[in-house]
Amino acid sequence: MADPAKESRPGKTKWEEACKASPVRDVPFETMSGVPVEGVYGNGPYPGQYPYTRGIYPTMYRSRLWTMRMFAGFGTAVDTNGRFREILRNGGTGLSTAFDMPTLMGRDSDSEWALGEVGRAGVAVDTLADMEDLFADIDLSNVSTSMTINGPAAILLAMYVAVAEKNGISPDQLSGTIQNDILKEYQAQKEYIYPPRPSMRIITDMVKYTTSEMPRWHPVSISGYHIREAGSTAAQELAFTLANGFAYVEAAIAAGEDVNVFGKRLSFFFNSHIDFFEEIGKLRAARRIWARWMKDRYGATDERAMMCRFHTQTAGVSLTAQQPETNIARVAIQALAAAIGGTQSLHTDSYDEALALPSEKAARIALRTQQIVAHETGVANVADPLGGAPYVEWMTDEMERRAEAIFDHLLELGNDSILEGVFEGIDNGYFVGEIADSAYRFERELNAGRRTIVGVTGFTEGNEEDDVNLLRIENDTEQDQLQRLATVKSQRNEEAVQTALDDVTSAAADTSGNVMPAILKAVRAYATVEEIGDAMEKVFGRYVEKAIV
Amino acid sequence: MAERRIRIILAKLGLDGHDRGIKVVARILRDAGMEVIYLGLRQTTASIVAATQEEDADAVGLSMHNAGHLTLAPAMVQSLRDADMAVPVIVGGIIPDVDRTELAQAGVAAVLGPGASAEEVVNTVRDAVNSQMDLSR
Repeated sequence: MADPAKESRPGKTKWEEACKASPVRDVPFETMSGVPVEGVYGNGPYPGQYPYTRGIYPTMYRSRLWTMRMFAGFGTAVDTNGRFREILRNGGTGLSTAFDMPTLMGRDSDSEWALGEVGRAGVAVDTLADMEDLFADIDLSNVSTSMTINGPAAILLAMYVAVAEKNGISPDQLSGTIQNDILKEYQAQKEYIYPPRPSMRIITDMVKYTTSEMPRWHPVSISGYHIREAGSTAAQELAFTLANGFAYVEAAIAAGEDVNVFGKRLSFFFNSHIDFFEEIGKLRAARRIWARWMKDRYGATDERAMMCRFHTQTAGVSLTAQQPETNIARVAIQALAAAIGGTQSLHTDSYDEALALPSEKAARIALRTQQIVAHETGVANVADPLGGAPYVEWMTDEMERRAEAIFDHLLELGNDSILEGVFEGIDNGYFVGEIADSAYRFERELNAGRRTIVGVTGFTEGNEEDDVNLLRIENDTEQDQLQRLATVKSQRNEEAVQTALDDVTSAAADTSGNVMPAILKAVRAYATVEEIGDAMEKVFGRYVEKAIV
Repeated sequence: MAERRIRIILAKLGLDGHDRGIKVVARILRDAGMEVIYLGLRQTTASIVAATQEEDADAVGLSMHNAGHLTLAPAMVQSLRDADMAVPVIVGGIIPDVDRTELAQAGVAAVLGPGASAEEVVNTVRDAVNSQMDLSR
């Protein structure tokens, strides 16, 4: 006899079948007291079913825990290579690369802009030689590499491909992600080089290139993290991020790409802040909105092209310099929200980040914090454990409503095109203005005593004690790197470099072509990041933000 | 005679793009009656010296989040001195306490750490400007 409860819950049978086809981890799915628990509770649509509010996979963390992806990088390429190989020896399969500020801005280490910043907040990469050292003795066909870079992303991706080639590995064997989300740079992180439209053209070229040559690569990671850190509200983070995603989709469709193909390769990156239920509602709403827009507005028919896959990082901006150990508690709560929100991977911040770059001990505690959430709390046993709770469902709906109101505004700005609306919003200061207003509103509420941050606006006893050991980065890196760059420049064939750079300029000027092949040729000739960037700047110009307070 | 309104230049020196803090500080100082000239991102010591001269500013405020403060802040102080300008430099951002002495020795007038209240921000700027005026008198 059929179970009447099951019949009243459409999709349950389909969900059960999907679960049977999924692998499960070899751990007991029961509480610590031995009470067995099911994979999901409540009503459908179930996890793994459109619109994926409850998660993109039917079994979620029962099959596989989220990836604990800790972002790090420092010093020269050789230093970071040592760290990478240690990660791989310890069983890791994912590498995450942080570049230093000059590299992120497309400047070489010997540029006057680079003074004091070489190798400080990440690894310095000037030429292919640095990339060869960075990935020396690592089998690139066997790792997944995440590269956090935006402005000069095309150049760094080309370098990665060129390193692989030298080791006999073809681009189609490479798997990984490059952040490459230029739109949020104009809105929040401010690491742009060219104006928005030429930047969008480069990204579209990269989407085309990776779709045909690197099918295992994620060409854009659409990032709300920096928008939130810059001061936005949760709803603004949600709406601006998804709108940027829609903009990339519209640009790729306009360039003739198939939404069902590149749609599967898009991924997202969200912030997990301290307001627990708001964050969970935001993450659930993100999946629902993305699925609906991809299906209804952009015509996706492949379910995987409708799924909002995302990485999450805890909120750096929520960390206090006062009584820094209290940050461990903040990070734990934010990590729990990310897990309940159904993230695919997670970076947990170190408690000393309001004071300096993370020390080794602080970074280890941060990793331990998410391991506690994953292995001790039982949160990984049940998909979407808060789904169906009236407050959480209301919050999810409310986040969606607020995001939709922002999409309406952008559609109005862009005459029914989100892409044009986003360009216009960048141009007229809408995004930076909204973000700055939200940041200032929060600051005023803190100063008026309407909000409390422990250790900052209240409960300050103990603030004087300061026994945290901070990471110090010595200035030797800069000298080392300058020498390495000088050596490469003295050994390369200048004529070949010049020809390759001229070709990059021509490729940039030819709007019907793709810039990637010319950039690849230039990196193989050991042209520097800045030289290649400048070769494109001749055509694209450089973006200067209007200074608005 | 009414006290002259404090004119302060705020700028992001170098490549660091974290501008949340400096924009909030700009509004706090403006609300406190100061004239704020925000130069924006990617400024050089030369562009800041030029603006300080042109605007006849009483103070320069820098915000730094990328661990470059020990190189860049002293360079700013030196550039102002080279231009014969007695203008206090105030630095905010992610500045570890242990670096405060070195910054003070390099001539940085004040450091505002994370979590500074609006009142602290305003008072720090006023004090820095007033001490400079006392010195110059």
